[in-house]
Amino acid sequence: MLSDRDRIFTNLYGLHDWGLDGARARGDWDGTAAILARGPDAIVEEMKSSGLRGRGGAGFPTGMKWSFMPKQVGDRPHYLIVNADESEPGTCKDRDILRNDPHKLVEGCLIASFAMRAHACYIYIRGEFAAEAKRLQAAIDQAYAAGLIGRNACGSGWDFDLYLHRGAGAYICGEETALLESLEGKKGMPRLKPPFPAAVGLYGCPSTVNNVESIAVAPTILRRGPAWFSALGRPKNTGTKLFCISGHVNKPCNVEEELGIPLRELIDRYAGGVRGGWDNLLAVIPGGASVPVIPKSVCDTVLMDFDSLRDVRSGLGTAAVIVMDRSTDIIRAIARLSQFYKHESCGQCTPCREGTGWMMRVMNRMVQGRAEPEEIDTLEQVTRQVEGHTICALGDAAAWPIQGLIRHFRPVIEDRIAQYKAGRAARPLPLAAE
Amino acid sequence: MAEEIEQPVHFAFDAESEAEIATHLAKYPPGRQASAVIPLLYVVQAQMKRSTGSAWVPRVAMDAVAARLGMPPIRVYEVATFYLMFNTRPIGKFHLQVCTTTPCWLRGSDEVTAACRKATGIKAWGETSADGMFTMTEVECVGACVNAPILQVDDDFYEDMDAARTEALLAALRRGERPPAGSMAGRQGSAPEGGPTTLLEPTVAE
Amino acid sequence: MPKVTVDGITVEVPAGSNVLQACELAGKEIPRFCYHERLSVAGNCRMCLVEIEKAPPKPISSCSYPVADGMVVHTDSPMVRAARRGVMEFLLINHPLDCPICDQGGECDLQDQAVGYGMDHTRYGENKRAVKDKYLGPLVKTVMTRCIHCTRCIRFAAEVAGTPELGATARGESMEVGTYIEHALTSELSGNLIDICPVGALTSKPYAFVARPWELRKTDSIDVLDATGANIRIDARGPEVLRILPRVNDDVNEEWLGDKSRFAIDGLRRKRLDSCWVRRDSKLHRASWAEAFDAIAARIDGVHGDRIGAVAGDLCDAESMLALRDLMATLGSQNLDCRQDGAALDASRRDFYLFNTTIAGIEEADAILLVGTNPRHEAPLINARIRKRWLATGAHMPILGIGPEVPLTYDVRWLGNTPRLLNDLGDAAGLLRDAKRPMLVLGQGALRRPDGAAILAAAWRVATDHGMLTGDWHGFNVLHTAAARVGGMDLGFLPGPRGKPLAGMLDGGVEVLWLLGADEIAPERIGRNTFVIYQGHHGDRGAARADVILPGAAYTEKNGTYVNTEGRVQRGFFATYPPGQAREDWKILRAFSDRIGRRLPYDTIEALRARLEQINPVFARLDASPRFGISDPAGPAGDPAAVGDAAFALPIESYYQTDPISRASPTMAECTTTYRPVAAVAAE
Repeated sequence: MLSDRDRIFTNLYGLHDWGLDGARARGDWDGTAAILARGPDAIVEEMKSSGLRGRGGAGFPTGMKWSFMPKQVGDRPHYLIVNADESEPGTCKDRDILRNDPHKLVEGCLIASFAMRAHACYIYIRGEFAAEAKRLQAAIDQAYAAGLIGRNACGSGWDFDLYLHRGAGAYICGEETALLESLEGKKGMPRLKPPFPAAVGLYGCPSTVNNVESIAVAPTILRRGPAWFSALGRPKNTGTKLFCISGHVNKPCNVEEELGIPLRELIDRYAGGVRGGWDNLLAVIPGGASVPVIPKSVCDTVLMDFDSLRDVRSGLGTAAVIVMDRSTDIIRAIARLSQFYKHESCGQCTPCREGTGWMMRVMNRMVQGRAEPEEIDTLEQVTRQVEGHTICALGDAAAWPIQGLIRHFRPVIEDRIAQYKAGRAARPLPLAAE
Repeated sequence: MAEEIEQPVHFAFDAESEAEIATHLAKYPPGRQASAVIPLLYVVQAQMKRSTGSAWVPRVAMDAVAARLGMPPIRVYEVATFYLMFNTRPIGKFHLQVCTTTPCWLRGSDEVTAACRKATGIKAWGETSADGMFTMTEVECVGACVNAPILQVDDDFYEDMDAARTEALLAALRRGERPPAGSMAGRQGSAPEGGPTTLLEPTVAE
Repeated sequence: MPKVTVDGITVEVPAGSNVLQACELAGKEIPRFCYHERLSVAGNCRMCLVEIEKAPPKPISSCSYPVADGMVVHTDSPMVRAARRGVMEFLLINHPLDCPICDQGGECDLQDQAVGYGMDHTRYGENKRAVKDKYLGPLVKTVMTRCIHCTRCIRFAAEVAGTPELGATARGESMEVGTYIEHALTSELSGNLIDICPVGALTSKPYAFVARPWELRKTDSIDVLDATGANIRIDARGPEVLRILPRVNDDVNEEWLGDKSRFAIDGLRRKRLDSCWVRRDSKLHRASWAEAFDAIAARIDGVHGDRIGAVAGDLCDAESMLALRDLMATLGSQNLDCRQDGAALDASRRDFYLFNTTIAGIEEADAILLVGTNPRHEAPLINARIRKRWLATGAHMPILGIGPEVPLTYDVRWLGNTPRLLNDLGDAAGLLRDAKRPMLVLGQGALRRPDGAAILAAAWRVATDHGMLTGDWHGFNVLHTAAARVGGMDLGFLPGPRGKPLAGMLDGGVEVLWLLGADEIAPERIGRNTFVIYQGHHGDRGAARADVILPGAAYTEKNGTYVNTEGRVQRGFFATYPPGQAREDWKILRAFSDRIGRRLPYDTIEALRARLEQINPVFARLDASPRFGISDPAGPAGDPAAVGDAAFALPIESYYQTDPISRASPTMAECTTTYRPVAAVAAE
């Protein structure tokens, strides 16, 4: 179990002062100028050696991402953009950072921007987080007033501006290039890649987009040293992570733990266990809605990190653990996610625009059992036709939950279909279509 | 596309809006003022709420935003219809946004939905109650899942809802009260019910 | 140049190309819906997927993926075929199966590709999406349920047309293409949306349910409704021209066409002159060719050549103008003019009246001065080229304007509306001098006025003074509006040394006036006792005033040579027969010359063309518009100091109705009424 001393987000629950004084008391803004004095390249190297992998879902090494930015500033300014568009169903970790530990993020923005030679950073926060945006803006204002950011930030000689930009209700803006489009005042439609943001990003300038948590942990990593961070967790899956445990647990909550903690321990220790006991567990979506569901048999032993979950054909994603007990209509739980993706598809590219609606409609019929057994295979094929064929990863995200369902719960779907057929045989008239 | 609803024929930013617009425009580099389109649509929606009691974005206001930012109006229409927090038709005094995505559904969002319907008389998503008090919208995950289910009223998240709490909340709103947002079960943020089990040591400072 | 291997074929492709272009160079056809060579890359249809070795192990959209040296591409692997089949299935699930009643049928990209990648049955059992149709004006019909959201139309409107009115509102499968607030598109290039739409979502409203492509006889030709010389294809069935489409010519119209040139064709069927008419007792009576010729012969008998004149109209082919010129010569007349509007064009040197920079050359310009012109109405395709250049410079190229402020599709700094500005450009002069390849465009609005010659000379001096005329750059440009004009100038359809110009022939200046398709002259200006012969194809102003009418052929009904505003010589071809008694114009003139015993020396069009080349060798250089610099900066004859201060008036009032054909077109009339109120609203 992670000791409180090794927890980064020490005001996760908002028990203490979120403001500058409280943040300073918790160690934030301590020796920031000295960190900057190490120089951009040293900072990037330390981030690399910490082993930090992006906390937004994809798990790409953060230090490496930073190193993709040009080493010299040419005629185009550099930008850091912080992705606070937290919208992955099940996920509410960044929210706690934004409202309870905003200075960790603000300080991280300064350091990361400096390391990538950016004088300006935009934090793109989802529109629904109105209170969180207010809180974060207040923290930014405090930092400006204290000379921590702005001209000659922290006395480092580096000028740094930090701006908050609110989204307005579009999951797709969590995709980094859709976020950039949105920030530029357009619809959040993902861009074609290449070019990647490090070459052509915000306003056509070199840009890096990082998740809130990835940026907010950076100051602590640099203060305590990459070795401290990389000693936590497991090889290639280092450090601590905020977990969100929701669904059918006795005490849903957010908690910071080491990567690699067993899923069962995570649920039992922090979330009060599965409603009705571990044996009442049906399945878990371990990393936010986009990752495939895993059945209890896998949950019994799986570790919560990128590689362990990949090995069981799921993913750590955002580390949002959605727990479902045996009372759950698992088909409906996944069908509701299909509705989510259909609703959030930007509509730009064909497979996702057409495929998400198709998948949702079939899934909704599957909930009733109003389908033919061979349609399960068709549905599976449709998910394969979407996956890997779209501009961004939303297509994949829409496909994976259904694939996971079919992989692990095919008999449930077949039973439902059989039941419906049996019921219909007894009824004089079929149900009306949709 | 644009549904036929009564649209105002005129819109002009008021002084409060103008002040806000200035702070937004200052955030973006010269020539990039289109970045302020979402902020300005918020400004519009807030001004409509102030002046009419209904937070929505009429077409003339979209045109005003386009003119202010030097954008073709269609680009503003695109944005206003893409982002779902902009209401392109009038809504009730309170905007009840029920999250029904899986994490909320697992925790009883059906119950919240039913309670909202019962209390408002609204039958379908998107409808406004006959008394103009409430508009009910089904929303996707609002990002507070460990406090599910969530009923978002305007900008406020009411968390850990159930049928009884929903009824009580709506009754309070009708009475002109505005209960503080957050957990209706008395939880501290995202900490587990009964209080934190971590972060119990005194504040850690290096 | 990077070497790319496509299905085993190695090709060298220009750096910066995309994989789709590399595949085409290798002779591999890549299906696509959203990709269009002349539009920005959207990459959204996902039909052009290919497999690229050492790239991410999934299908890659070739239109958006840049080539790299040593790249190995597979366009027909199992992965690629499966991917395209999948995309095709998605495109079809919500696409209506209404091909039998769809005007795109037979020339539909989706239909074509469905043959290659479609299934023989559907696996989609859900309800199909239905989308409300949108009103886009009198020209473009919409069936939006067929839309596959490729966004070509949106990109065309925003990029090429410069009228960003189309967009995709809402999102996901609810996304709809349209204007959101319904109104008629305000572009003069809207018909091109029909061409670029890969499905039947945007089709031609006037052509709705008229014909199937395989019923049509296709004839390549040249448009004459402005002076751009757009390359067109005339599609006809039986005696009727059913539609006109652009042909690709990168030097002229790329692959676009103005709406008037495309949609005025219903004017070819209306108000046509299909027989000869002779005026007796102040009334026109139908007549035979013999009677008509007799009436003319009788009237001109004994009239001195000085008292006979001829005016060529704006749509005339060079052959008929030359035949009329030769006929006039046999009658002893030097009273000729091809400038119905009285424009002060100087024929002494060809570059005094040409668009010398050339249309394609606009893409090298880095500053433009517009004088007395609205290129958007006078030559929408040239206007589109200016916009293209402006966009390519990052919307930074200075474009200055002298004349009435009109809404163009690029930023113009209007200096004022008086010709005097030509003699003092103020601080704008620096912008032109700083440019490496500045150009000036002089519209007919600057020349058809009493001080036109002075303005021409003053404009030329602006060009010389601001570095527009160099050894390898000719930045002086006259923008014509009449397709016949440059040809007429080139073949000398102008007053001879003793001849009268148009003004001299009016108000009784001649006894006999031969109007060859000349319809822009106010009838009251023709002398009361002047005997008017109108030879042309429409019962327009000229015919109304005529004493004898000789029915001629419209441009779709004859082989003819036209010289565009650049001086490019192009040939139009016969597509349908002229109606009734009407005949090709040069043949009418040849026949009449025979009747009066002054037979013109050519029996075939080839012989007539040989004579054209003899008169001016430029007629031998077909389809060429050699760019040239200038060695002799001496300017036109006028006195630059004599410019007046009257404001410029533009030559075109309504883009949609400028000539006998478009004035006869109900579609163009509808456009005029549709767009007038819109303009009024926009001006508020």
